[in-house]
Amino acid sequence: MSPAMIELLWRSFVETVVMTAAAGFVSLSLGLPLGLLLVMTDRNGIFERMWLNRSIGAVVNAVRSVPFIILLVAAIPLTRWIVGTSIGVAAAIVPLSLAAIPYYARIAELSFREVDQGLIEAARAMGGNRWTIVSEVLIPEALPGLASGFTVTLVTLIGASAMAGAVGSGGLGDLAIRYGYQRFETNVMIVVVLVLIALVSALQWVGDMVAARFDKRSRANAES
Amino acid sequence: MNALTSSFDKSTLDPSSDRGARSVIRLTDVTKRFGATIALDRVSLSIRRGEILGLIGRSGAGKSTLIRCLNGLERADSGDVEVEGRSIIGLGERELQSLRRRIGIVFQHFNLMSAKTVAENIALPLKIEGQPRVVRRARVAELLDLIGLADKAGAYPAQLSGGQKQRVGIARALAARPALLLSDEATSALDPETTDAILELLRDINRNLDLTILLVTHEMSVVRAIADRVAVLDGGRIVEQGPTCRIFASPGAATTRSLLRAYRPTLPDELSARLVAGWGERTLLKVVVIGDQTRAPLLADLALATGSRAALLHGGVDRVRGEAVGALFLEADGRDHAQFSAALDFLRQHASEVEVLGHVAGDD
Repeated sequence: MSPAMIELLWRSFVETVVMTAAAGFVSLSLGLPLGLLLVMTDRNGIFERMWLNRSIGAVVNAVRSVPFIILLVAAIPLTRWIVGTSIGVAAAIVPLSLAAIPYYARIAELSFREVDQGLIEAARAMGGNRWTIVSEVLIPEALPGLASGFTVTLVTLIGASAMAGAVGSGGLGDLAIRYGYQRFETNVMIVVVLVLIALVSALQWVGDMVAARFDKRSRANAES
Repeated sequence: MNALTSSFDKSTLDPSSDRGARSVIRLTDVTKRFGATIALDRVSLSIRRGEILGLIGRSGAGKSTLIRCLNGLERADSGDVEVEGRSIIGLGERELQSLRRRIGIVFQHFNLMSAKTVAENIALPLKIEGQPRVVRRARVAELLDLIGLADKAGAYPAQLSGGQKQRVGIARALAARPALLLSDEATSALDPETTDAILELLRDINRNLDLTILLVTHEMSVVRAIADRVAVLDGGRIVEQGPTCRIFASPGAATTRSLLRAYRPTLPDELSARLVAGWGERTLLKVVVIGDQTRAPLLADLALATGSRAALLHGGVDRVRGEAVGALFLEADGRDHAQFSAALDFLRQHASEVEVLGHVAGDD
């Protein structure tokens, strides 16, 4: 591979990491509260508001059902309004976040639902208010699930970022499509795929480690 | 022993003579419905300061609803709930939250936060109360000593045995210095040895800290071990309440009797099958004796005083809360009505309950 190619590969790698990290950060900071809200407002939740629950659920489902490539194009006006341009890495972060927020919201919702109702009951019986239940019970107890769910979201973002090449974002996926698929440079494609596999594996490994660290529910983990 | 006897006397008084400040919790005619089903039906119950009250009932009897009504997690449809002399009916959520801190609950499945250490779990009620870290740390150390788990402060619940988890549950319930410790089937998930140890701990807490305890359970053995008084809940109603040894000696309600079946001697089946009403050659009596009565040579005295001789067929003396309680099945000749009546009178004076069951047919 030529030095120019290696240079391109490195730039694409950085672009992918930047897009994934930025969209991951946004999905975590907005998707997690959204997931929490979905659980709290549901029937018998600690903040039961069925109309709110149904509204959030409907929006989440709607965004999740739109194919990403369509979302990418449909979000252009929003992207332009937020980052001022509809092309490039920064522009890709907007639709990526838009897709990842409801995705992570559902994953977070699942993790919160798995928290033993008895623990919530105990906190209520101790005189805890909603905030106590969220900060002392729901979030700490759901942390292992929230962490592994975040890993899943990041991996999904890496995949989705390949499509973001359509708005000129660059990144590894875009590189593979342009050189490997459109120019028949199979070796470039293979290298890119290998780099992607390494990136995903490393991410998964770190994610699993973090989740295990948070998980004190089994005797062995609690000892670590 | 004296304390026990006096609590026995005290509780035979009319329960309505018991006034506000002496009761930690007082329910008056509390009714709660869920749709068409009545979970609580005009329940009146008061828990006196310093006592251990056993609330017993089968699953579905309304125990959980009763608990939720007294800490305001559920609102009663009608009736009044007083905590430390103050009605909680109509209180707002915020006021109810501070009220709940006055009632420490120990749960059947421990309900410890898995992500928190033992020390953090015990400190949680104090954190909720807004106590500063220094205060929390000192109180946690104190409680860890009390439950004998000072070496486990940094452990997570998953590393503890069932009994240890429940000790932590008890320490957590005690942390905010509640007025009432409510044990909600706290020993139901534990093995018999651990159950005994936990009950012993509860009794020590009751004695040493003078803490009022409400022991909610479906197991008579738990009540028998440490409760001063018992209230029996069935179908949402309190069907019977009284001092533990009285309830064990002579249960009034059918529910109580069936709950007590395993703990009380009953007439062997082959005899009860042949019983017919009235007095005959082999008349069977059931005699209940309590306390000092169990130590008197009852049958010898009976023979000396009335000339009637009675045989002991079945029965035994058991200890309930340190008090001896006996149920004896006697057989005597009832053909001479005058002599038999005299014997019955004698027994009624020297036992707390005498019942003629009938006579054995077929031997006449």
